[in-house]
Amino acid sequence: MVEKEVKREEMKLKVSDVEFGYRSVPVLKGVCLELVQSEMLGIIGPNGAGKSTLIRCIDRILAPQKGSILLDEREIKEMRRMELAKKLGYIPQSGHHSFPATVFDIVLTGRRPHIGWRSSEKDEEKVLDMLQMLNIENLAMRDINEISGGQQQKVFIARALVQEPDVLLLDEPTSNLDIRHQLDVMDAIKNLVKEKKISAIMAIHDLNLGSRYSDRIIMLNGGTIIDAGSPSSVLTPENIKRAYGVEAVVKDESGRPYIVPIRPIRPNGGGVR
Amino acid sequence: MAEVEGSETVTRSKVKEEYKKFIGRKVFFISFFILLIVLLCGISISLGPLNFSVLEVYATILDKFFPNFFNVPELAPRVIWYMRLPRILMAIVAGVGLAIAGAEMQGILRNPLASPFTLGISAGAGLGAALAIIAGVGFIGGGLLLVGNAFLFALIPAFVIVGLARFKRATPETMILAGIAMTYIFSAVSSLLYYFSEAEALKDVVVWLMGSLGRATWSNISIISLVLAVCLPMLIWKSWDLNVMSAGDETAKSLGINVERTRIFVMIVASFLTAVIICFTGMIGFIGLVAPHITRICIGGDNRFVVPASALFGAAFLVGADIIAREVVAPVIIPVGIVTSCVGGPLFLYLIIKKKREYW
Repeated sequence: MVEKEVKREEMKLKVSDVEFGYRSVPVLKGVCLELVQSEMLGIIGPNGAGKSTLIRCIDRILAPQKGSILLDEREIKEMRRMELAKKLGYIPQSGHHSFPATVFDIVLTGRRPHIGWRSSEKDEEKVLDMLQMLNIENLAMRDINEISGGQQQKVFIARALVQEPDVLLLDEPTSNLDIRHQLDVMDAIKNLVKEKKISAIMAIHDLNLGSRYSDRIIMLNGGTIIDAGSPSSVLTPENIKRAYGVEAVVKDESGRPYIVPIRPIRPNGGGVR
Repeated sequence: MAEVEGSETVTRSKVKEEYKKFIGRKVFFISFFILLIVLLCGISISLGPLNFSVLEVYATILDKFFPNFFNVPELAPRVIWYMRLPRILMAIVAGVGLAIAGAEMQGILRNPLASPFTLGISAGAGLGAALAIIAGVGFIGGGLLLVGNAFLFALIPAFVIVGLARFKRATPETMILAGIAMTYIFSAVSSLLYYFSEAEALKDVVVWLMGSLGRATWSNISIISLVLAVCLPMLIWKSWDLNVMSAGDETAKSLGINVERTRIFVMIVASFLTAVIICFTGMIGFIGLVAPHITRICIGGDNRFVVPASALFGAAFLVGADIIAREVVAPVIIPVGIVTSCVGGPLFLYLIIKKKREYW
């Protein structure tokens, strides 16, 4: 593999006071966060907390009603979509594809921000590199709808990576995956982030995977950040009780918190809604 | 380690080779259909009350561009140039346009059922024609009454659908449902007109609806060709974005595509193209819906190839259908729209049953 060491400028993403709502229902109520290069940021929180919405706002799939999102000091809503696509890569929760398409062709669409209509040999090489890196090159000519969920997830990651973004945005990268594929996919993302010096923001349901793979964690509840920091400072029984309404025991597993949920707390027990 | 490296390069070169082969298959499909069209045109033009050989046909046509090189039978230039060629060229431009419009609509709406028929464009043209023939009512009077009506009414559904997308942020599903709703409305109003019409007028409408190449003239063909020459490059240029959009709106946006704008742009161009064609030919069904599907079954889903290849398939199919329409109960020429559905339907069913995997 002839992967050149890519010299990247120090990347910085800054989200401040972002508010978003569907009609009159607010989903995000003033969210702030910062991301630096080579960082993996986990976003956790119960269903409906606004995790996916936040990810989509950052990629401008949704337009926040208030607040600013700065990428390298530039407001993203003022950038052209193609320009933004060179910097941010998005990996959907589960992808479906409406028409037949080979894995190779799907990953090749990741080059769209960089080229017009015709793909060159160079683009094809990049696709091959990425397939090889994620160990799915043997699937290259298979149809996307014929491969397993875990393999599909890797294909979508590969597509976002040939985009050569500075930041990867992942919406539940491990939903629908068995434990083997969860580890596979998360390890692949982690290695890529460290190797290519990019960064990642991932909305993640599985607290233990979040704890294990995030450098920093943000806990969302009801559209606001209720805590942020290192995994061990955020994943405490008190925070979990507050956000999820669940009594949990937090253990230590090789220096990272490991959460064992015990029981839901009944009304008046505090926490959600 | 060396072994692993070795096997990796083997897989890599195997993938490359397979990919080249896959591209080769698409190029072959496209070249095959270009040749097929040339051949079918020769056969089609040679048939008729005055029989020429296929070679004589080519000689006569080439003679127009390189005079004095070929032996041209007497009468052939007149018959071929003024009587037979317009019909065949109409089949080609109409086939190309309808197939491309269908492929693009399916792509932007991410739906295998999208076509000029399901989006109400044909039904709109049908109502326009019925109004002109039965009631003599239309926007443009005189000789252009029928054509003008069909054209303008065909654009109504497109405007409604684009309006919904633009101002109501309608999803592709809503856009298709709106098209189907309009189909019903137009058909109902048309039926009302039929009910109160004279037998003679009713027959005219029904024949118009069946779609025919008989109304082809050099000026019609020039208009359609001009529109094709403008629309085709734009639609082919957008074809890679259709690939991106089939991953869903969110992913397409993250890959830099302005999804709403692309959808509206392609919808307008494809509808306009369809309207220009069907106002001259009447409703030629089936090609817009099925040419893209058959192409996908043969060469996969990459729209950069599917769009031009369906165009060629559509043209070859319509030229072929026209031969059958003229020959099956000659000298009576049956409307080509009947043949496209009669022959295309079973062919499509056969391919659906035989296909090895899911294609949409």
